[in-house]
Amino acid sequence: MSIEKRKKNAVWRKLKISFFYLLIIFIVFFHLAPFLWQVISSLKNAEEIYSIPVKYFPSSVSWDSYKHLITSPVFLKNFFNSIIISLATTFFCLVFATLSAYSLSRINIKFKNLLQLLLLLACLFPQIIFLVPLYEFMAKFHFINKSFALVLPYVTFSLPLAIWMMAGFFQTIPKELEEQAMIDGFSRMKILWKIILPLSWPALATCAILIFIGPFAWNEFLFALTFMTRDMSRTVPVAIALLSGASMYEVPWSRICAACVLATLPVVIFVVLFQRKIIAGLTRGALKG
Amino acid sequence: MAKLELKNITKIFDKHVVGLKGLNLEIEDGEFFTILGPSGSGKSTVLRIIAGLEKQNEGDVLIDGMNINDFLPQQRNVSFVFQNYALYPHMNVYENIVVGLRIKGCSSEEIQNRVIEVSKLLEISELLKRKPKALSGGQRQRVALARAIAKRPQIFLLDEPLSNLDALLRERMRTELKLLFKQLKTTVIYVTHDQQEAISLSDRIALIDKGTLKQIGSYEKLYYEPNSLFVASFLGSPHINVLKVDVDQEKFILGSSVWEIHSDYLPRIRNRKKVIMGIRPEDVYVHLVSDKNRFPAKFLEVEKMGKYAVLNLKLHNEIVRAVIEKKLLEGTRKGNDLWINFEEKNLQFFDADSYLSL
Amino acid sequence: MSGKDISEQKFGLFLILPSLIILGVVALYPLFRNLLLSFMGSDGQFAGLHNFLLLLQDGRFKKSFLNTLLISGISVPIQLSLGLFFAVVLHKKFLGREVVRTAVFLPWALPTAIIAVTWKWIFNDFYGVFNDLLLRLNLINEPLAWLGRPNLAFFCIIFAEVWKCTPFVVVILLAGLQSIPSDLYEAISVDGANAWQNFKLITLPLLKPALLVALIFRSIQTFGIFDSIWILTGGGPGGSTESVSLYIYDTVFRYLKFNYGATLVVFNFVISLTFVLIVYYMFATRRQFEY
Repeated sequence: MSIEKRKKNAVWRKLKISFFYLLIIFIVFFHLAPFLWQVISSLKNAEEIYSIPVKYFPSSVSWDSYKHLITSPVFLKNFFNSIIISLATTFFCLVFATLSAYSLSRINIKFKNLLQLLLLLACLFPQIIFLVPLYEFMAKFHFINKSFALVLPYVTFSLPLAIWMMAGFFQTIPKELEEQAMIDGFSRMKILWKIILPLSWPALATCAILIFIGPFAWNEFLFALTFMTRDMSRTVPVAIALLSGASMYEVPWSRICAACVLATLPVVIFVVLFQRKIIAGLTRGALKG
Repeated sequence: MAKLELKNITKIFDKHVVGLKGLNLEIEDGEFFTILGPSGSGKSTVLRIIAGLEKQNEGDVLIDGMNINDFLPQQRNVSFVFQNYALYPHMNVYENIVVGLRIKGCSSEEIQNRVIEVSKLLEISELLKRKPKALSGGQRQRVALARAIAKRPQIFLLDEPLSNLDALLRERMRTELKLLFKQLKTTVIYVTHDQQEAISLSDRIALIDKGTLKQIGSYEKLYYEPNSLFVASFLGSPHINVLKVDVDQEKFILGSSVWEIHSDYLPRIRNRKKVIMGIRPEDVYVHLVSDKNRFPAKFLEVEKMGKYAVLNLKLHNEIVRAVIEKKLLEGTRKGNDLWINFEEKNLQFFDADSYLSL
Repeated sequence: MSGKDISEQKFGLFLILPSLIILGVVALYPLFRNLLLSFMGSDGQFAGLHNFLLLLQDGRFKKSFLNTLLISGISVPIQLSLGLFFAVVLHKKFLGREVVRTAVFLPWALPTAIIAVTWKWIFNDFYGVFNDLLLRLNLINEPLAWLGRPNLAFFCIIFAEVWKCTPFVVVILLAGLQSIPSDLYEAISVDGANAWQNFKLITLPLLKPALLVALIFRSIQTFGIFDSIWILTGGGPGGSTESVSLYIYDTVFRYLKFNYGATLVVFNFVISLTFVLIVYYMFATRRQFEY
């Protein structure tokens, strides 16, 4: 190989690396841009937000919108509703999913296929299919505008992902551990409680996070829109959506953006802190699936 | 022609772990050269640097005098046989063999010819349509070899190709490989931890440990003239017996036994207080009765191997192993006292601190 | 069965009982209820196939179905290609990879509805930053009504959908990439392949299972699209962006046609089910790769 070709190799390699990093920067920007715009818009005051041409940076940072939101009882109540419902969903789903996942992965039960079929049903089809009869059900039993109306479907629809994750994890625990415990005289229940659960903390934590930031807790919209009809019982996503539908002269967009930022803050914090665990949990499950 | 030189190759992993330290190697064209060493010694790293799969931190790789440091693996004219064979799972055997040829741009006629040639050579003609998962370990290995050979490279690089096969198959493949590469006459660089493979296949062996070359030479040279205790202990099965002895002028002392030294080693040993002595089990002679210059040893344990038996004997505080013919066992039992001696010409001495040969 | 097995079975059943119950109530019961409702008239009497005949003549439904197919048909391939591209990039080792992965994962984690509100602001005709950028770059002469014109609104919805859902594809494909043994790439580089050939000969064929999983999930999920459309356009202008879910929602909650709504649901369920079964049988006949 000639010296020219070797030099060309080296130059070409440097070019490829710079191009690569440029691409990375573009990718990051592409994924963060709308969120960043939300944040910037929320810090503008009422006049600047409507300036033409658009101002990319506020001349002065204005916390007015945030102040207004934090002192708004309706918004605070909505935020609180979201938190309670999401936490309840996470908790119950985790419990149900862990029990079911353990059963599925360790014990050969006759109803295994039924369960798996139902889980598939819940995760494969669009939510609208389940909405109407559930609304009927909730209305009949007076659950409309109560947290239960949302927690029940949220837990159900979060089950497939949660069970899949926990079952995948349980498969990595060697069977010999439980067999030893059985020989030592532990009952099945005790094994689950005293041996399996303590070992499962990391997986449980990751699963909990996935449920919380998943499509059926904090972020959910359709059911929240339908089952909560009163302002004070709404969750945050619906509250914001309805806000944005109002005429822009009634509600300034900077306030809407501020509400958006506050509403997405919990999720963003979770993702930033636990990104590696989340993606690892998802990819590990995906490999087995 | 393909003479390979490695000059002062150093490879550092992750800022701390030193893979290779200032390695120098010269391999002649057509030679079957083995790099032998324990796990983690860096032998696979050497091979991968030659192939271009890893980049060395310092040093040069030259083929026929030409520096190929900046060549990508695609541009080096080598073949690599991986330990796990790395057969493309979604392609059948035929496609696995020809992928490289197609990329190179060989004519379809040429491709056909080469495939016929290597299938006959490695007896895989009936397997061409199968996918890797439908092949046994031995068959996959032969396909990997076929792929390597069809490329007609300047150098063959083989990374522990037999280690995933069971013992019987390994033995058979060893013979087959030897015949195969004798036929091809191309330079082969072979990496293994199994000294049996190294012995039967190679022209020369390089023994490597912890990133440095310990000794290079033919098997005979390494076996009979090791330059350090490491080399002496690595080669030979069962392992060489290693004894720490005290030296007093012209005698060496092992516990309560004293042996007068007459050998050529005397000048090198005389002035030391301690020395390490090595004697191979097959050179330890076992006797049922005591005599002058025989050491007393207790019969601890025996392992039978075909015609021979390996005795574990206790000599003072050390365990000594001796290889004897099984029929000699008839006169004795475990727990008995026996007497051993050896010929001075079979002794090897090493410095007590540096472990280098004296 | 021994005594131990029976108690095992009981225990196992006990464990899954809560899940079975709520799944039964929330997932199974509605299916049957929908079926029942679809065969009844609003007066509570049995109406046979009447509702289904209405469906076949329903122009608005056909339009919404077409819209949904169009949205899926355009956005899913884009998501798959883009997702593949990002996954390949993120699979390489480079400085700051963790940060980039966090950024890429973020859109999927954010609430659809809330991010849709942001898009609504971005696509605003007078004050939106999208128009502003285009004007500054001289790509257009005057602000476009992104959410007010049918074709443009369509574009906005697809854009928002791709932005939100590509990360999901990236995660699945990343898992697939991680399962390809690295020595295959080494072997093919010794065989002489450049980066493009690497991709064509090794990566793509071995990613087929993961791509299929991503395709199935994304297609079905896109079919049910609701949140972003409801917020961005409400189905307008003039029903040009109305998806099937949106139409069903309107039918039931605005026009209060419970029975007809149930009929629509049943119809869509059957369509979705057929799609899943077809893809499943295609997939089930493929052989899995073993290494």
